[in-house]
Amino acid sequence: MTLRTALERQRSILDFALGALGRRRGKTLALVAVHALLVFALASVLLFTGGLREQVRAALRGAPDLVVQRMAAGRHEQVPAGWVETLGTLRGVSGARGRLWGYYFEPVSGANLTVMVPDGGWASPGGAVAGPGVARVLGLKQGDRLPLRTYDGEALDLGIAAVASPAVELVASDLLLVSEGDYRALFGAEPERFTDVAVAVPNPDEVTRLAEKIVRMFPDARVVTRAEMIRTYDAVLDWRSGLAAAVLAGAVLAFAILAWDRASGLSAEERHELGILKALGWDTRDVLAAKAWEGAAVSVSAFAIGALAAYAHVFLGGAVLLRPILEGWAALYPDLRPAPPVEPLALGTLFFLTVIPYVAATVVPCWRAATVDPDALMRGDA
Amino acid sequence: MIQLREVTKVFDEGRPGALVAVDRVTLEVAGGAVTVLVGPSGSGKTTLLTLLGAMARPTEGRIFLDGRELTSLPERFLAALRRRTFGFVFQQFHLVPALSALENVMLPALPSGAPRRDVEARARAALARLGVEDRAGVRAGRLSGGEAQRVALARALVDDPKVIVADEPTAHLDSARARALMEIVRGLKAEGRTVVVASHDPIVYAADCVDRVVRMRDGRIVAAGAEP
Repeated sequence: MTLRTALERQRSILDFALGALGRRRGKTLALVAVHALLVFALASVLLFTGGLREQVRAALRGAPDLVVQRMAAGRHEQVPAGWVETLGTLRGVSGARGRLWGYYFEPVSGANLTVMVPDGGWASPGGAVAGPGVARVLGLKQGDRLPLRTYDGEALDLGIAAVASPAVELVASDLLLVSEGDYRALFGAEPERFTDVAVAVPNPDEVTRLAEKIVRMFPDARVVTRAEMIRTYDAVLDWRSGLAAAVLAGAVLAFAILAWDRASGLSAEERHELGILKALGWDTRDVLAAKAWEGAAVSVSAFAIGALAAYAHVFLGGAVLLRPILEGWAALYPDLRPAPPVEPLALGTLFFLTVIPYVAATVVPCWRAATVDPDALMRGDA
Repeated sequence: MIQLREVTKVFDEGRPGALVAVDRVTLEVAGGAVTVLVGPSGSGKTTLLTLLGAMARPTEGRIFLDGRELTSLPERFLAALRRRTFGFVFQQFHLVPALSALENVMLPALPSGAPRRDVEARARAALARLGVEDRAGVRAGRLSGGEAQRVALARALVDDPKVIVADEPTAHLDSARARALMEIVRGLKAEGRTVVVASHDPIVYAADCVDRVVRMRDGRIVAAGAEP
């Protein structure tokens, strides 16, 4: 058989298979809908966590190479200014900066704000820059006043100098940037003390060695590397996507039952049609090819519909259906817009887990029937 | 052309209620002749036709086509034989109801690998030959009994087979149409084709184009006319 003949043969069989699906339009549409729904749900989780992971990595590219904290009795303690000076002089370190940050509970909205003193002093005394989430939750815009209460009950009234760009939503959603003086007044932080120290290490190969050296120098220090921060975020996202996958296990089970139902037998009508085809000279391979095309047409189109719908849901619709599961629970949600790229490996895995089993489940019962004499199939004996 | 030697077909073999449909039949079907199997319902005519046409394997015995034994051939060779050598007309037509008459006639030729245009042209020619070309686009489920019978015959002819096997082809036809069908059979014979028909219709077995009548009862041949 020439290649041309083989292609014509497959084309004819494909035409017949598509026609058969069209003849069973209701059943075909139901199968595509169930299959597409499953792909949509699983692909949404994969794309959303993948998009978040990408956003986290992008955000952490600007994070310090090392963060040094001070621990006392297992709790986070203020770092003395002397540590900043010492760390800055270490060989391999290009700079060390004391950071000031803390959490402020805003009772009206029930939100926890992250109050931080920015590097470079661009929050002037009496003023603040609000993160996009803070502005949203508290209804703030530039020029508004934000009344806070200090650690000792005094009122601290800050003017909103600006609202941060939504582009930094993931890392800045709950931020309130204030001046050093206002920060110390709000929390009662002692002078010459910092929350932690950000250390810049130009050579990535030096990071681990320096972390160990710092712990030897300051036994009460805890050193966190950027790689550890990325791993922590990944673990959180993996845990949440695992939770979502567990929720979707019911859908996967339903799909498995559907596939099994397909695998466990053909309808009398399908058997009769199979018998006619065999009596007319279709051999087992032709019949199996027709069924495989049918299965492939249903599952590939369902996969395409499900995957495209998931893409639109996650990247255009902000994954509204998954947010409560994957983002966490808080009064102050970041308004995340996970961005492509899509992980091809994840989608490929999903393709093989949904399309291949379905095609197999379509072909297997047909293979059993296709090996029977056409006469027996048409009489309904097989 | 086709030889059956001591052929037996048992349904539900080994179970209670097993049925011997064909019992040790030996028969020779001559090439280019019209052979009619006659007998009452349940005499084994249809089963014998399915064995002759390689649609079922015998429980015992051997079947030969042009000297080549069919009984031991793998399924894919039997399928190719059914497509290239035999054309079937079933008693219940066995058209796919949701397909059009044209699509039904094209079915046997689809796996041949011939260009679809050619297959469609052949199918239209076969429908025209049977006088139902105007019903090409009508779904088989909406055809009358007579139309369905002719579409089924067109389907049997589409791959230009050497042997036509027909089971009660006049069962759903009035006398005039039955005679017209036998005229078609005469034409097929004139083209050198072998025709084997199972029927208990006198219009069929008494037609002058018939070369041999084989009588069956209880799965056995009880009388066979002389070979042509």
